[in-house]
Amino acid sequence: MTRARLAGAVAAAAILLAWPLVVPGYFVFLATLVLVNGIVALGLNLLSGYTNQLSFGHAGFFAIGGYATALLTIHAGALPVPVTLLGAGLATALVGLALGIPCLRLEGLYLAMATLAFGFVVVEAILHLDWLTRGNDGLRVPVARLGPLAFSTEASRYYLVVVVTVLMVAGAVNLVRTRTGRAFLAIRESEVAAQTSGVNVAAFKTAAFVVSAFYTGVAGGLFAFVVGYLSPDAFDVFLSVDFLVMIIVGGLGSVGGSLIGAAIVTVLHDSLAAFQNYRPLIFGGIMVAAMLFMPGGVASTARAWRRR
Amino acid sequence: MPLLAVQDLSISFGGLAALAGVSFDVEAGEVAALIGPNGAGKTTVFNLLTGLYRPTRGRAMLDGEDLLGLVPHEIARRGVARTFQNTEVFRRLSVLDNVLVGQHTRLSGGLLGGLLGSPRVRREEAEARRRAETLLARVGLGDVADVDAASLPLGRQKRLEIARALALGPRLLLLDEPAGGLNPTETRELMRLIRGLRDEDGLAILVVEHNMELVMGISERVVVLHYGKRLAEGKPHEVARNPAVIEAYLGSGSGDADA
Ligand SMILES: Nc1ncnc2c1ncn2[C@@H]1O[C@H](COP(=O)(O)OP(=O)(O)OP(=O)(O)O)[C@@H](O)[C@H]1O
Ligand SMILES: [Mg+2]
Repeated sequence: MTRARLAGAVAAAAILLAWPLVVPGYFVFLATLVLVNGIVALGLNLLSGYTNQLSFGHAGFFAIGGYATALLTIHAGALPVPVTLLGAGLATALVGLALGIPCLRLEGLYLAMATLAFGFVVVEAILHLDWLTRGNDGLRVPVARLGPLAFSTEASRYYLVVVVTVLMVAGAVNLVRTRTGRAFLAIRESEVAAQTSGVNVAAFKTAAFVVSAFYTGVAGGLFAFVVGYLSPDAFDVFLSVDFLVMIIVGGLGSVGGSLIGAAIVTVLHDSLAAFQNYRPLIFGGIMVAAMLFMPGGVASTARAWRRR
Repeated sequence: MPLLAVQDLSISFGGLAALAGVSFDVEAGEVAALIGPNGAGKTTVFNLLTGLYRPTRGRAMLDGEDLLGLVPHEIARRGVARTFQNTEVFRRLSVLDNVLVGQHTRLSGGLLGGLLGSPRVRREEAEARRRAETLLARVGLGDVADVDAASLPLGRQKRLEIARALALGPRLLLLDEPAGGLNPTETRELMRLIRGLRDEDGLAILVVEHNMELVMGISERVVVLHYGKRLAEGKPHEVARNPAVIEAYLGSGSGDADA
């Protein structure tokens, strides 16, 4: 690591750790949401940015992770929070496997339609399983616990999310630099050349679905704890589109870009809350502008600037 | 027993026979050339040997095992590597990463090891990186390891594909028009490289090429295809004097009519 990078990492760590001590509670909540969305964006990017399988249904995985976490906490409250989150992530990964295999036959528009449908199915399932999920009435999520620790304050939940985010980012960075991540990228670049280089394309496309769902499920679990209440209308198709906007604005195929995109979209959402009716318009505009002027997202624009 | 024995290889596209009963051998440690006018079926042979197409008939025995029932990544695992006529480099990956993908079958790091960055995976990755650098130096791309493959000129992309194919550690290397678009100097370098792969590494190489200087200069055996049929097979100088071969090349005019 170069000196400048080390200094940057230390500064970032200091800001992350000190954040709740220096800003008002609301901004702690906002930063928590940024990180939660950052984990989703990472997961989605591994699928769509790295492996070129566009998903319009990630709100579905997010919901599954959230409800799995809520139900585990309600019915097995003694479980420590890492176990709950891992369980939610694995459950979501299993659903990712079940969705990924039939999706192997689909590409482009058809894959987009299938994942879109998946998102609707999840919301419908939540509504219909009301004996379990309380349907439209929504589900209150108990406080996360780890032994004697209860994550009952905004700041404590923030730190929980920071720790999980750091682990998930480290995992993604490792993954994309090694054999599996390269296989993902090779599939995106040329399926034919990937195959003849020995990559089992079907297996790795499915693996991308599984990892992506795992990330999104864990993020959904954190989201459940952070907002404390889940209802199906929070997981509509617009949320899936928001996740896609994050990785397109931030940068397809970039870990850093995923986080930056999540920050931009989350903060924009928050500041545009007063203009609810114009949201699609403003977001559509941002998306078009990003694709026109920064085709590789913030990440590649930044890279180009640094090279100059 | 030859390393590769192609027997009665046949395939049709919409009723049109692109290959009809083609047979030939490639011995271990030899360079063989597959030539013929445009549209003769040369690339189709490669696509069959690498599992991208399914034959309507025929076998391709590699060391006694039929390749033709296998899917592409299984064939790669058995040591068959190739390059593409219209280069298929991984454009937005670095030159080094292209060669690392080529080592896919030699590495064992899985999903979990990758996520956790286990020491074993790290060690394996470091070794793979060293091997990739060695291969890049060998094909003369040592100076561009970190640039995007797409930014290389065509001649260097072709060499990158050769490095990526070698990274597989193949027994049989299939080169589809490796000299296409190269200037004479680059072509001579390429010939030196191919000879080296045969003489130093003991590789068997099957090369599709229109450049006759290269074909005559490096191959021990030449197979001539014409309209999907084997027209001739033999030593380069025999094939060059074969009246049927001369007729086929002259008869097809520029040879571009059906490309
Ligand atoms: N996927 C395909 N679908 C339909 N026809 C095909 C397909 N692949 C090859 N062909 C046909 O098979 C014939 C042989 O093509 P092939 O690409 O093997 O020729 P080639 O000998 O490699 O020619 P060139 O020297 O121009 O590369 C051609 O008539 C081609 O149009
Ligand atoms: Mg060809």
